Amino acid sequence: MARIIAGVGTSHTPAIGAAVDNGKTDQPYWQPLFKGYEPSKRWMAEAKPDVVIMVYNDHVNAFDFKIVPTFALGCAEEFPIADEGWGARPVPIVKGYPELAAHLVQSLVLDEFDMTICNEMQVDHGLTVPLTLLFGTPQAWPCRVIPLAVNVIQYPAPTGHRCYMLGQAIRRAVERWPEDLKIVIFGTGGMSHQIQGPRAGLTNPAFDKAFLDGLSQDPERLVRIPPIEYLREAGAEAIELVMWLIMRGALGPRVEEVYRFYHIPASSTAVGHIILENR
Amino acid sequence: MTVPQQQEAYEDIPGTWIFDAQRARIGYHLNEFLYSLMKAENRKAFLANEREYLMRFKLTEEQREAVLRRDWNRLLELGGVSYALAKLAFTDGKSYQYMASQMTGMTEKEYVEMMLKGGRAPDGWRSKSERPQARTDRPEAR
Repeated sequence: MARIIAGVGTSHTPAIGAAVDNGKTDQPYWQPLFKGYEPSKRWMAEAKPDVVIMVYNDHVNAFDFKIVPTFALGCAEEFPIADEGWGARPVPIVKGYPELAAHLVQSLVLDEFDMTICNEMQVDHGLTVPLTLLFGTPQAWPCRVIPLAVNVIQYPAPTGHRCYMLGQAIRRAVERWPEDLKIVIFGTGGMSHQIQGPRAGLTNPAFDKAFLDGLSQDPERLVRIPPIEYLREAGAEAIELVMWLIMRGALGPRVEEVYRFYHIPASSTAVGHIILENR
Repeated sequence: MTVPQQQEAYEDIPGTWIFDAQRARIGYHLNEFLYSLMKAENRKAFLANEREYLMRFKLTEEQREAVLRRDWNRLLELGGVSYALAKLAFTDGKSYQYMASQMTGMTEKEYVEMMLKGGRAPDGWRSKSERPQARTDRPEAR
């Protein structure tokens, strides 16, 4: 049986990818951040997942506004890296797992989550930056990746409650897959940040800490946070944190927090990171 | 259980234009123009003659003027979404951080320094009711 062994929450700020791609990780601005992910890379090297389910959002790269899917599952053999306007990131192409993705779609739709199926899709920094942070800079990514793109750009984003229930449905689907696979699910984006308007640059470490605490101790509390509270307390783009609740929902009721890291800033973002092992 | 979020709650957040379904509707062609700047040949054509390039898209004249002026906050108000606007900043050879600093009325250096000190605290920025100058943060929609 396939199993979700752990969940990873992490920011996916594009400037982090650019810092790696341009060899700036040792600069004083970036060094503390990358140091904070060293234990995570070691953890991932030991965890050796066969598959990563990457919950992320596209940033007007794969999707413009002709079609705005709320939940889109990548079912392709591979996913090319998007040119977001300054050239594609020099990272390996992302290999999918079409058989498992097709199973997830079937299972999720029958479980009342109406997924959009993407048989061709480019992936942007929302997906590649978390891979870089946890796997470093290999010649090829060491596992297959199933992208799950969530609309958090055009409001309203799906509610935290809906996201949490989707995570639970993903878990049920995975556990019906007969192959013996180790799966790590990522929830990405956030944490507190706002990158638009006169209020840009807003951060809220207290909100972020409470969110991280809730992930490991009381996810049901986080599920009840109304969407407007993310915007008011933690910035317009902090709504991305609902994607972390898909990750948390896909884990069991009992988890062990094995690592946490928090840092300000990466560009305009408060960077948060957590690793939760399923118990 | 959460309740559907209403426009009024979005509108109450100072210094912010929430990209909801109504704003997305107003900004559709503006964002399609910005999306076109993902391609190098389009960036070149735009820079060669901005107004002419803009005429290829069904923008309102107000939106065109705001693009030409790089009036970032006005573009947000007229339905531009920040990730798409970033493609205009990149076309100009500027960073996202530069664009964000322009939106706040700071220099890029001041903005970076604010972030290095931990960013902007939410106090005073949660609601227009605690921010009397909100009117200047957010010009009224016409």
